[in-house]
Formats: sequence, structure tokens, C-alpha cells
Amino acid sequence: MKVRIDVDACVGAGQCVLAAPDVFDQRDEDGMVVLLLEDPPSHLEAATEHAALLCPALAIVVDR
Amino acid sequence: MTVTATFARDFPTERDSGCPFDPPAEYTELRAQEGTASLACPVGVEARVVSRYADVRAMLGDPNLSSHAAPSTHVVAGGLLDRPVAPGSLLNMDGPGHARLRRLLTPEFTVKRIQAMRPYIQGLVDDHLDALLARTGPVDLVRDFALPIPSLVICELLGVDYADRDRFQEQTAVLIGTNSDPAALEQANLEVVGFMTQLVLTKLAAPGDDLLGRLIVRARESGQELSVEELVTLGITLLIAGHETTANMIGLSTLALLRQPDQLAALRADPGLAGTAVDEMLRYLSIVQFGVLRQATGDVTIGDETIKAGEWLVAALSAGNRDESVFPDPDRIDLKREATAHLAFGYGIHQCLGQQLARVELQEVFARLHQRIPTLRLAVPFEDIEFKNDALVYGVRALPVTWDGENR
Ligand code: HEM
Ligand code: SF4
Repeated sequence: MKVRIDVDACVGAGQCVLAAPDVFDQRDEDGMVVLLLEDPPSHLEAATEHAALLCPALAIVVDR
Repeated sequence: MTVTATFARDFPTERDSGCPFDPPAEYTELRAQEGTASLACPVGVEARVVSRYADVRAMLGDPNLSSHAAPSTHVVAGGLLDRPVAPGSLLNMDGPGHARLRRLLTPEFTVKRIQAMRPYIQGLVDDHLDALLARTGPVDLVRDFALPIPSLVICELLGVDYADRDRFQEQTAVLIGTNSDPAALEQANLEVVGFMTQLVLTKLAAPGDDLLGRLIVRARESGQELSVEELVTLGITLLIAGHETTANMIGLSTLALLRQPDQLAALRADPGLAGTAVDEMLRYLSIVQFGVLRQATGDVTIGDETIKAGEWLVAALSAGNRDESVFPDPDRIDLKREATAHLAFGYGIHQCLGQQLARVELQEVFARLHQRIPTLRLAVPFEDIEFKNDALVYGVRALPVTWDGENR
């Protein structure tokens, strides 16, 4: 699985951090998304997909 | 010859299903129809009402929508749709202006920052429960628990001095309480604006380590200095958006759970359930009860339909949250349901900035209230509870409760 983020689209709602804290974080200075794992291991795939679904700004793209 | 007059139907505002927790019955019908419905709104315009979950997300994610009219103006008879947007009014801004301001504020609401507030919030909830348990029922849980907790959290957030918190809380209670008479409301409004202006001026002179102080410094350092007017409007926005909503969620969800003894027993037995319970209750109750209003600024596509610039749209959040294609058996409370994708915080660029804070406040309340007062029950018949049927944020006006004295 490959994950891409679009920081320009992010609105800092933090949904991704709640859903997949090992894959996403938020920058301290502006609250925008940080990708911790570009290629999450299989046990985090479901949570990563859920984060992409929750994101209100469609700022997370998951390629399988 | 038959003449068919095609009058638009009215936007449904009555909870007519017999259950005060269910949205208007007409939403079920609207969801089943193709496309959107054009309905006449109390404010005096027709709006396309979007009621299916997927359509609500498509709508609120569309960049060709303006938020310039306040979120629920459509249900306000005589409301003003074209009021100029006050500088700093995040909820009503669009595009790059909105993004700039939202980014200045977002660091204050990250998951990490809000988690750091959890111990403070836990303490606050426990203190209020101690105070309740030191008395004997009945008490009004809205006045003595649901209202003060979010109010004090906002004080903490904004950096209001401890000495001023009682006064601040009294004023905001009047502002938000629906029992207040118009003169008292006007007076409280003036006082809160005066209070916020004073607070902003103090923070501008000596920015401290609190939301307003850090915001002022952050804006200065990035060359986007905020005016007094913008800061006051932001402060008031946070106060109103964060206080009334959370307070109503506490009151209304407590009542709804008292009516569902099996679910309540599950929560009491396992406070760890509070995590999923909060999102499920947000979904089920959808307290921004009339949804949010937008105006198209260009073509907007919803399903097969194209909505033209200038048209008004309403995202019926409560209808989308009962969409059976996403939430099976949607009219049932299931505290174990994974409901985080609900629409109660909206969707798109305006999705609630304070949602992580609201979640933590509600989680601490859900986990503690029923643990510490296991015999909590209504002190009046259910039929006597008054619901805020005409308020933009749904809730109960008062919640008289009592408990068995020996439970501590
Ligand atoms: C249960 C509690 C809450 C609910 C149901 C709720 C609901 C909402 C909804 C539906 C919106 C979107 C409005 C729109 O799209 O026009 C919103 C936006 C907002 N909320 Fe909340 N909210 C809650 C708690 C809070 C808290 C605790 C705060 C902050 C202290 C807060 C601050 C805001 C702000 C600043 C916005 C505007 C964001 C923007 O326009 O970008 N809310 N809220
Ligand atoms: S969920 Fe989306 S908008 Fe929210 S922080 Fe993550 S990437 Fe940004």
C-alpha cells in the first residue's frame, strides 16, 4: 500500500491521527498532516484506509 | 383538464415521528427519492435539501459553495441571508481567507494538544460530580453540570483569569440558556463582547501561553497580524461554537441513555466504551438539528444533478446520519458502533475545528457520570422534559435528575 497526502488540502481536523496514529501525525506549528509511514505494514492498512475515508478534505490518497 | 400547482413543500422542522430523538419523518422519504428536493425555507427562499449521506459529503466537499450566510439561517424567519461577513468570522468565510485563518488556529486543536488537556478536563468533571454528590437530588443536570463544564474549558483554553471565571460563566449561561428574556440576553451579549474585548486587549499587550496569546504571536511572526475585531470575533466564535454544542450534547445524551437501560448498563459496566459511545451519540442526536446552509458560487454536482450558481443548498446532517446504507438500523443507539464517519461535525473545509476537544469532554463525562452516580435517574416524568425544538442546536432546557443518597 502506498499513501500520499495533500498538505495544501488538509484542514487539520485530526481525523487521520485518531484513526491511524502510527501512520499520521499533525505538525506542531500549524496542525497540518504529517505522513509517518508512506508504506504502512499490512496490519495498519485497514486503519489507513479508514483515515482516508474520514478525512473531510480528501487530503489522503491510498494506492494499493 | 387538471391544473397542477407545483408549490414547493416546506422544509421539515417538526420532529413528528413520536420520538423526540428522531429527526423529522420526512427525511426518510427524502432520502428514498432521486436527487435533491427543492423545499421552501422559513427564511423565505427555496433551498435544495440534500439528505443522503454520500450526497451530504459530496456537497460539503465541493469548492463551489459559499458559507457567507450563517450555518442555519434557512430556518430563521426574517433572517438575513446577505449580512456582511464580520472579519474573523471563521464559520462564514470561504476560500483562501478561510484557509489562512483556520491554519493560524489549527495548532491549538490538534489531537496532541487536546490530549494534553485531558487531565484538566477529568479534574473538572470530577469536581462537578463531587459537588453534585455532596447534595441530595433533585438537581438540574443542565445548569449544574452540562453548562459549567464546557464553559470552564473555554476559559482554560482562552486563558481567562481564575478570578473572572465565575462572572464569565454567569454571562455565557444567560447567553446560551434559552430561558433568558430578550433584555437579559441583550445585556449578556454586550457584557460578553466587552469581556472578550478586554481579554483580547490584555493578551495583545502581553501575550501569554494560552490560545489567544499564542495565536497573536503566531499571526505576528507570519506577518498576518490579526486586528482586535478579528480576535474578538474569533474568541466569541469559539465560545459559542464550543459551549452551547457540548452542553447540549451532555444533557441530551444523558437523557437518551437513561431511556436505553441496556446501553446505559453496558457503558456503566465498561467505561472504556465511552470512546465509541461519544461518536455514536453525536451521530444519533445530530444536534445541529436543521443542518448547514450554503450558496452555490458555481455549478455544483450532486449525483446526476447540477445545481447552478446562486442556488441555496442545505446539508441535512441529521438526515445523512440516519442513512441506513451507511449506518445499519440507524434509529437504534448502539454504543459499540464504529460511527466516527458521522456528519454531526459537518464535512469539508469547515468540519468542526473543536471536534477533538468536544470528543475528550464528552468521553470524560460519559466515562465518569454513570460510574460515579450509578443510580442516576429522571426526577420528573419523561413527558415533562422540554426540548429545544426551535433552537439551532437541539437539546433539553433542563434535566431534573436524582439518585440514591448512599451511592458515592
Ligand atoms: C458536540 C459538540 C460540537 C458539535 C456537534 C459541533 C458541530 C459543528 C459543526 C456541524 C460545524 C460545521 C458548521 C458548518 O459547516 O457550517 C462546526 C464548526 C466549528 N466548530 Fe464545532 N461543534 C462542537 C463542538 C465544538 C467545540 C468544543 C469547539 C471549540 C472550542 C468548536 C468550534 C468550532 C469552530 C471554530 C467551527 C468553525 C470551523 C470552520 O468554519 O472552519 N466546536 N462545529
Ligand atoms: S484528516 Fe485530513 S484534514 Fe484532517 S488532519 Fe488528517 S489529512 Fe488533514
